[in-house]
Parts: sequence; C-alpha cells; structure tokens
Amino acid sequence: MTANENNTNGYLVGTTLERMLKAGHFAVTGELGSPQSAHGEEIRAKAALLKGYADGVNLTDNQTAIVRISSIAAGAILVQEGLEPIIQMTCRDRNRLAIQADLLGAYALGMRNLLCLTGDHQIFGNHPTAKHVFDIDSIQLVQMVADMRDKKVFQCGDEFKGIEPRFFVGAASAPLADPLDFRPYRLAKKINAGANFIQTQLVYDVPAFAKFMEKVREMGLHEKTSILVGVGPLKSAGMARYMKNNVPGIDVPDEIIDRMTAAGKGEPWFGKKNAEMTKEEKRARSKARREEGIQVCIDLIKELREIEGVAGVHIMAIEWEKAVKPIVEGAGLYPRPSV
Amino acid sequence: MIIAEQKPLDEIKNLIGDAEKVLVVGCGTCVTVCFAGGDREAQILASSLRMSSKLNGHPMEVTDVTVQRQCEWEYLDEIENEIKEADIILSIGCGIGVQAIAEHFPDCWVVPGLNTTFLGLPSEQGIWEERCMACGNCVLGLTGGICPVARCSKSLLNGPCGGSEDGHCEIDPDVPCAWQLIYDRLASKDKLDLLLEIEPPKDWSTAHDGGPRKIVREDLMLETEEAEA
Repeated sequence: MTANENNTNGYLVGTTLERMLKAGHFAVTGELGSPQSAHGEEIRAKAALLKGYADGVNLTDNQTAIVRISSIAAGAILVQEGLEPIIQMTCRDRNRLAIQADLLGAYALGMRNLLCLTGDHQIFGNHPTAKHVFDIDSIQLVQMVADMRDKKVFQCGDEFKGIEPRFFVGAASAPLADPLDFRPYRLAKKINAGANFIQTQLVYDVPAFAKFMEKVREMGLHEKTSILVGVGPLKSAGMARYMKNNVPGIDVPDEIIDRMTAAGKGEPWFGKKNAEMTKEEKRARSKARREEGIQVCIDLIKELREIEGVAGVHIMAIEWEKAVKPIVEGAGLYPRPSV
Repeated sequence: MIIAEQKPLDEIKNLIGDAEKVLVVGCGTCVTVCFAGGDREAQILASSLRMSSKLNGHPMEVTDVTVQRQCEWEYLDEIENEIKEADIILSIGCGIGVQAIAEHFPDCWVVPGLNTTFLGLPSEQGIWEERCMACGNCVLGLTGGICPVARCSKSLLNGPCGGSEDGHCEIDPDVPCAWQLIYDRLASKDKLDLLLEIEPPKDWSTAHDGGPRKIVREDLMLETEEAEA
C-alpha cells in the first residue's frame, strides 16, 4: 500500500460495524451524549461504560440544537480510548464547505463511521435566535459523502488529489412518522443516495414497526442496506407518556406504559404520593422503575430481532449510558463477536 | 406581494429622535394591501406621532403623503418638495421603498416605520402567510406548486423530515408541514413518483448567497440618447 491509497481488504471501509454486519452478526450500536462544557474527561468516563458493549458509538452533533462538545472532537477522544465512533453530522450548522472540511479532518483523526442527519431545528435548542444553514439536506449529505468515497470527488465535482475520506455511511429513518405511507420510500431514497446502514428513530410499537418492515422487504430495501432499529430504556411511565404525546413518530403502547406504572408493585412505598415518601423510598422507586425500563428494552430487542430484515439494534440511553451494559447482556448480545 | 408590519411606536419615536419636521411617506402598493403602510396607516401614524410629541411637551410637525409606488423614481419625483422640507422622512413602504428614498434623495435622512417580513399572501382576512423566498431558481414544478424552500422550516428538497405530526410542522402547531401538503397534493394528482427522484444540492448562487442580485434586460433598455432625452 502506497501512502496515497486506502486499503480496505474488500470492505467499503472496514469498520467493526461494517465487518459485524457483513459477517451477518446482529449489530449493536450505542450513543454517547457529549457534555455542554469542555469537560473531555466526561466523554472518557462514558466511553468506559460502552467499551466492549457496542460495535460503534454515536456521537451527537449539537443534539436538539443545544451546544455541546462537537461530535468530531468527541470522536477523537473515543478513538484514543479504543472505541469506534459513529460521528453524527447535521445540515443545520454547516454548509457543504464546512461539512466536507470537517469530514476530511475527522477521517484524518481516525473516524470511519458517519451518520448523516438533517438536524433538529434550532428553535428547540438553547440558541433559538440563531441563523440556520440547511444548505443541503440529509439525503444530499449521504450522496455527497458516498461520492467522496466511491467517486473520489468533492461535492462540486473536483477530484481528490490525495487520500479520499472513506466513511461507512449511515442515515436515519423515522419509520412511524408522518406521512406514514411515504416512509419506506424516503428510506429507499436514502439507500439510493448511498446509505450503507440505517439507524431508526426509537421504536416501542413493535407491530407498527413490523408493518413498516413488511413494506421494506417487499421493496427489497433490507438487502441493500443494514437496518439497525432504535431502542431506548424508559426511566418512568411519565417519560413514556411524554414521548407518546410529544415526540412525532414515537408511539408508546399502553402495555409498556402499564408495565412502567406497575414497577415496584408490592413494595411498601408503591402508590404513595411524592410528599409522603422518604428519600430512601424515592431512591428505591427510581431504581425499580429503571430496572423495569431496562427489562422492557431487553424484551423489545428480543421481539424486534425476530423481524426479518432487522440487522441490529441502536441503543439510545442518552445520559444513562450505564444502562447499555445490562441491556446488551440481558438481550444475549454479549460478548460481542470478534470480526 | 411584499408583506410588512408596523414597528412598535416606541421604536419609531426613537428613530425619529428630536426632529422637528417629520414626513411620513406611505406606499400605495403591497403595504397598502396588507394594511401596514398605505394612505390610511400614514395618516394614523402621523396623527399618533403628533399627539405623543404634544404630550411630551415637544410638539413636532408631522405631515404625511402617500405615493403610488415608493420603489420607482417617477413616483418619488412627485414628492420632492415635501421631502426637501422635512428634517426626517419616516417611510412606511417596505425596505425597498426606504432604500429608494435614500438613493433618490441623498440629502434626506430616512428611517423605516415598518418591518418588511416576507413575500406572501393573505390566506384569509387578517392573516398573511409566507409563500416565496425569491431563491431565483424555482422548484415549484417538482412539488405541485407548493414551495419547500419557503414553507418547510428546514427548506428540505427531498421530502418530509419526520418531525411533522397531524400535518403540522414540529416547530409550531400553527405551521402546516409543507412536505405533507406536497405529499397530499402529488398523491391526489397521481404524481408521487416525482418524490422518488433524489433532488441534488440546490444552486444557491441565484439566491442572496450569490451576492446582491441584478437583472439586466437589454431588450428593454433605452438607447443612450433616448435615455438622456
């Protein structure tokens, strides 16, 4: 291999995630929420919780439009810690020049997995008076980075003179968002643009997701990409209800809300009002609810894994990275196969 | 049309400062139709400023005049004398009108009385909505006559983002999701296949991103002698 060639041994890129999927193993990815400060040690501490339990770790890009350590900077820390980052890149804060420049840098720093997103509108975040960019959208972003790798060109068409950045390119899918009938077709567009893997929005409604996957299989999409279904542990019935009522494209079935409500049933504190509870009782309640949340998540993974065309699971336990270990173990996905 | 709305009176008073003779200039076109800066609004604003200056103990002489179109020199020529007599011009035309006055009468000091908000239409009496961002490269032929550049909060070109619910945008339940509208319209015309094509990155050089824009139509330009005559 000469200095200006990328050697990928038959893989597009050769990341653990790509190898895992190509070998037919059920893949596991996790997510790490970067701090809203310059506290890099916090990333190292969270990385330690995920090491060995995920084939790749998503690093959010100013998630919900709140300023945090950048995904690429956090990715550099993960590389140092021996984890494989999946850097998220949104179209909200950067134009095509900045995105390409940052991705060249990310590649040079050892990052190889990329998730392309449109990005949450800035109105939801902590700088609602900001000017957004949206020079390109997520599908155009997927195409741009796939072309950087496969055609060795910048978005403008100019050819790379040196090493091209080779990313294993991912995109998101919101299988249960409006307009519902269009969702498989939007997924197809992302695949046609070059998405090698897909991470979905959180899924709690398994039958509805199974229906989406039926259409996906009918269109043969699961054979053209690897679909990792999004799951996340609930902390309480209140959180479940909030997501059901406030997050577009997420429906939490009553059965799951009931399970969360019943967490700790039979304990002396169960059914007491907040004001009547001691600190210890509140702690016990929170623990019982979290344990049930983890169990619900494990059960969801087991059910979703049975759906044909599901290639893996993306566990989103933001600000609760500790939950990943028991979930992965409980779902029978530990230890991770070596590839 | 161009939609605008009046600035808060306190802001207008600050812009005017301690001028003694104020001329409020209305415009008879877009801002008249959207009830922001026509003859009626010019009269009301002039009267409000007179009253408030009297209450402050420093009465100002505030007059008003409305031209057919503030954005064309020939209509501005008609009010040259009024402009020259005033200490300050308060234009309640759109941003174009304010600039036209500044450009045409370099000796005058002009301030805006309106905030120019968007290009749109009255969707019903008393409600105006944005419809166009003047991007200079119209995509309406692909989207069933509904503009995703102006009406999608993220100006997406490849379909709905996943953040809409019951047909409204995630940023505000009062904002319809442009892509839901486009989807429904294309579905009703059996043209959903238009949505399956990947729309490449947009050429924004025709929008403001390419710098201030200008159109030259030589076929319409007057010969030099003709122009001088």
